[in-house]
Amino acid sequence: MIRTLALLFCLFALPLAAEEVVASLSRDEVAITANFDGSDILIYGAVKRNAPAAAEPMEVIITVSGPEQVVNVRKKAWRFGIWVNASAVEVDKAPSFYAVASSGALEDVLTRTEDLRYRVSIPRAIRSVGAPSSVENAAEFTEALIRIRTAKNLYQNLDNSVEFYDQTLFSTTIDLPANLVEGPYETRIFLVRDGAVVDEYETVINVNKVGLERWIFDLAHDQPLVYGLLSLFIAIVAGWLASAVFRYIRF
Amino acid sequence: MQIYLPIAEVSVNAFLLLGLGGIVGILSGMFGVGGGFLMTPLLFFIGIPPAVAVATEANQIVASSFSGVLAHFKRRTVDFKMGLVLLIGGLVGAAIGVQVFAILREMGQVDLLVKLSYVVFLGIIGGLMFVESLRTIYRSKRPSATLTRKKHGLAHALPFKMKFRTSGLYISVIPPLIVGLFVGVLAAIMGVGGGFIMVPAMIYILGMPTKVVVGTSLFQIIFVTAFTTLLHATTNFTVDMALAVLLLVGGVIGAQIGTRIGVKLKAEQLRILLSIMVIAVCVKLALDLLIEPSELFSLTSGDHA
Repeated sequence: MIRTLALLFCLFALPLAAEEVVASLSRDEVAITANFDGSDILIYGAVKRNAPAAAEPMEVIITVSGPEQVVNVRKKAWRFGIWVNASAVEVDKAPSFYAVASSGALEDVLTRTEDLRYRVSIPRAIRSVGAPSSVENAAEFTEALIRIRTAKNLYQNLDNSVEFYDQTLFSTTIDLPANLVEGPYETRIFLVRDGAVVDEYETVINVNKVGLERWIFDLAHDQPLVYGLLSLFIAIVAGWLASAVFRYIRF
Repeated sequence: MQIYLPIAEVSVNAFLLLGLGGIVGILSGMFGVGGGFLMTPLLFFIGIPPAVAVATEANQIVASSFSGVLAHFKRRTVDFKMGLVLLIGGLVGAAIGVQVFAILREMGQVDLLVKLSYVVFLGIIGGLMFVESLRTIYRSKRPSATLTRKKHGLAHALPFKMKFRTSGLYISVIPPLIVGLFVGVLAAIMGVGGGFIMVPAMIYILGMPTKVVVGTSLFQIIFVTAFTTLLHATTNFTVDMALAVLLLVGGVIGAQIGTRIGVKLKAEQLRILLSIMVIAVCVKLALDLLIEPSELFSLTSGDHA
C-alpha cells in the first residue's frame, strides 16, 4: 500500500525529478540449499527521462546490503606468553554482506556529504556508536572488520563495475558468496550527477534457507531438546548399523 | 561438492568432511581410540567455528562408542557397576563443563580455553605415550625385565568402599567419581569422549584390569557424550546435524578399514605412531597460540535473523 502510494507520488512528482531509475533483478530470491555455493545476481535497468540528458555525465551506484548484525571485534594481545583476546569493541550495526558497485571510482562519483547521507560506501554502511573508553584505538577495530570481511568476499568495493551505456542503460553482476546469512538483502540503485544523488530506487532480495537446511535450523532453535534427541538417535542408529554391517561383512 | 552446513553457517566440501571422517575413523580403528581429540582440532583447521566443532564432535562420538561397545557387551568386558559410578561423576562434570563453555563463549575466550586444553592434554598424553612405547620397545629387546605388581594405593585407603565384581576390585567410590567428573568436564569443553584420559586413569589410578578398561570406558563415554550433546543443543544451539552425519558416514567406514590394518601392526609400533600424531596436533595448536598471528583481530556476530 505504502509502496503504491510512493509510486503514485513519484509519478506526480515526475516533472520535478526529471530523471528516474527503472530497474530489475535477474532474481529476487536466493534459496540456500544443502549444496548452495554462492549465487550471481544480475541487476539491470535504465534511466527514464522526459527531457534530453543534461550536459554533465550521469553515474550509477548500486549497493546490496545483507541483514545488519551486532559484531564483536576482538583484538589479540601477548599475555602470559600466549596470544589471547584482550580487548573488544562492539559494532552496533554492520551488514553481514555489503557490495557497492559504481560506474566510476566511488570517491570521484559521490561527494562525502552525499555518502554520509545515503550511507553508500563500506565504512559508512557500518554503524559504530561508541567504543568503551578502555579501548585506545577504536577506528582500528572497524578497519579490521572491513579488512576481514573484504578478504572473505563479504564486503565488496566494485569500482567501475557498472556498465553504463549511452547514459541510459546500466547493468552489473553482484556475486553473493557461499557463506551467506539469511534475511532480506536491501538493494539500492542511485543515479548520481555532479556528486549528488538525483534519484534512488530500492528493492529487496530475499535470501532464505530452504528444504532440509530450513528444517534443521528451525528445529535446532525452536525445539532444541527434540533436535538433540534426534541427533543422538541418528548417532545410535549409525553406530549400530556400522557394527551390524561389519559383522555381516566378516562372516 | 560444496555443502552448506545449516548450524555452522559455512560452506565446506562434503568430500573433505567424508575424507576427514574416514581418516580419523581409520586411526581410531587402528589404535582403539575415539578419535575426538584428533577430529575436533581438524575441524578447527578447516574453518568450522570451535563452538560448533566441539558440540558436533560429541554427537559423533556417541555413534562411534556405541558401535564399539556392542562388541564388548558380547565379550562381557564391561564393568557396569564401575561404569555407573564413573557416569555419575561424568554427568555432573559435563553439566559444569557446558556452563563454563557458555560463560566463556559470552566472554569470547572459548577458543582460547578449548585450544589450551588441547595443547596441555595432547602434550601430556602424547609425551607419556611416546616415552612408554619407546621403553616397551627397548624392554622387548632385553626380556630380563619383570613386571611390577600393583600396589594398594589411595583408592583402597578412602572411605565408602564398594565391590566391583567384574573388575575384581574392592575400592572407595571417591576416586572413580572424581575421575568421572574430571573427564566429564573435559568432554564438554574439548568435544572429546575422554577415552585417552579415562583409559590410563582406570589402569593406573583405579587399578582396573586392562581387559575391562576399554569396554567400561566406552560404556560410560556414550552416556556422557550423549548428555553433552543434549546440553550443547539446548544451551548453545551448536550441534550441526548435517556435519555430524557426514563425519559419521566417513568415520564408520574408516573404522572398519582401520581395525583390519591395526591387526597387522605391532602394538608398540602403533602406539609410537599414535603418539607422534598426537604430539604433531599439539605442536600445531601450540604454535597458533605462541606465534604472533597475522591477523590480530577476530569477529563474532550475534543476533542475525
